[in-house]
Amino acid sequence: MTIEITHHLTDALLMAYSAGSLPEAFSLTVATHISMCDECRARLGAFDALGGALLEKDEAAMADDSLAVTMARIRAGGVTARDRPAPPVRGVFPAPLRDYVGGDLGAVRWRPIGMGVKQAILPTAKEATARLLYIPAGAAVPDHGHRGTELTLVLQGAFLDAAARFGPGDIEVAGEDVEHMPVADIGADCICLAATDAPLRFRALMPRLAQPFLRI
Amino acid sequence: MRVKGRWTKRRVMDTTVASTGAKTENEDWVACMALVRDAGDEVAFARLFGHFAPRVKAFLMRSGADAALAEEVAQDVMATLWRKSHLFDPTRASVATWIFTIARNRRIDALRRAKRPEPEDLPWGPEPEPDQTEALMMQQESEKLGLALATLPEKQRVLIEKAYFGDLSHSEIAEETGLPLGTIKSRIRLALDRLRHAMK
Ligand SMILES: [Zn+2]
Repeated sequence: MTIEITHHLTDALLMAYSAGSLPEAFSLTVATHISMCDECRARLGAFDALGGALLEKDEAAMADDSLAVTMARIRAGGVTARDRPAPPVRGVFPAPLRDYVGGDLGAVRWRPIGMGVKQAILPTAKEATARLLYIPAGAAVPDHGHRGTELTLVLQGAFLDAAARFGPGDIEVAGEDVEHMPVADIGADCICLAATDAPLRFRALMPRLAQPFLRI
Repeated sequence: MRVKGRWTKRRVMDTTVASTGAKTENEDWVACMALVRDAGDEVAFARLFGHFAPRVKAFLMRSGADAALAEEVAQDVMATLWRKSHLFDPTRASVATWIFTIARNRRIDALRRAKRPEPEDLPWGPEPEPDQTEALMMQQESEKLGLALATLPEKQRVLIEKAYFGDLSHSEIAEETGLPLGTIKSRIRLALDRLRHAMK
């Protein structure tokens, strides 16, 4: 993709994604950013290479008949077709996200959460939550702080938060202490993929009690 | 030797490499992969198996698998290497790196029963004719990274190993080692800085 991306993944996130230790919702967000960002794809290559270099360091003896058993498995599997992965379909959502939505933007089942903002929770393991957010141009996502980490990846439009502007492909990595209020850019409605590992705490709009029901 | 297909040119390359020094181990594994892919060469596969299967098994055991499960998954990883040999791209990874990614994904399936979504494939996909010079450079870079890793201070290397093989987040490492989270983060950052410096 030829979009200009200025906000990238951190080393810590790339390393954890390479090591395979991120919760599914975070992996989905990281994989979606990498699908849009050649720079982070190359950085991930370096972290995978580090995994490869570490793999070389340690050995555990295999069973005596191990190779024979493996060859038997391979023969039993027969000749497999040497398919190459199908070329990706173009759309608003990169392939990993389309897998979770069950299609592109048109397939999202939005639920209103107030002030014109809509969300759709994606089906991931419970340790963290991934959701799509739809913020009308110029509108704000309700003011919230959080206990854990929040990743927000822009898919379409742009939002402004603190001093920075986040456009398509940009990812905001917000930690524990950040109180923030992303506001969609006035130009167009903003669609983001957000992942959190702890429930958000909305300040202004919603009573706390509503949170478990909305799964925010 | 009967080598067919897109890496045949490597024979020509080999003489160039031979004049400047021995073929590195990484390049040797790349050649084995080509034999497996193009000729279903069981001798080449046995060599890859002899070297990598015990390493994959150790990786799985350090991640918490018992010996029997680690043996089973290591065999499965090596069978995948055979079946997917056509997808290995020597301009993008060393054989060790490629095997690491297969082993990591199998570990997530087998041990965590979780999912790890993959990025979209590059629109141009794996090259049918990988560039020989690029492939050679990638293999030499990987070798260099291995050497740089070996020179890291013990304290830093241990944490990197835990992050990759222990399947632990930074805060879980903090819990396990009793080190403050800040210390862990800064040691890992120092280790990455050192590696980057060595790779310049
Ligand atoms: Zn990036």
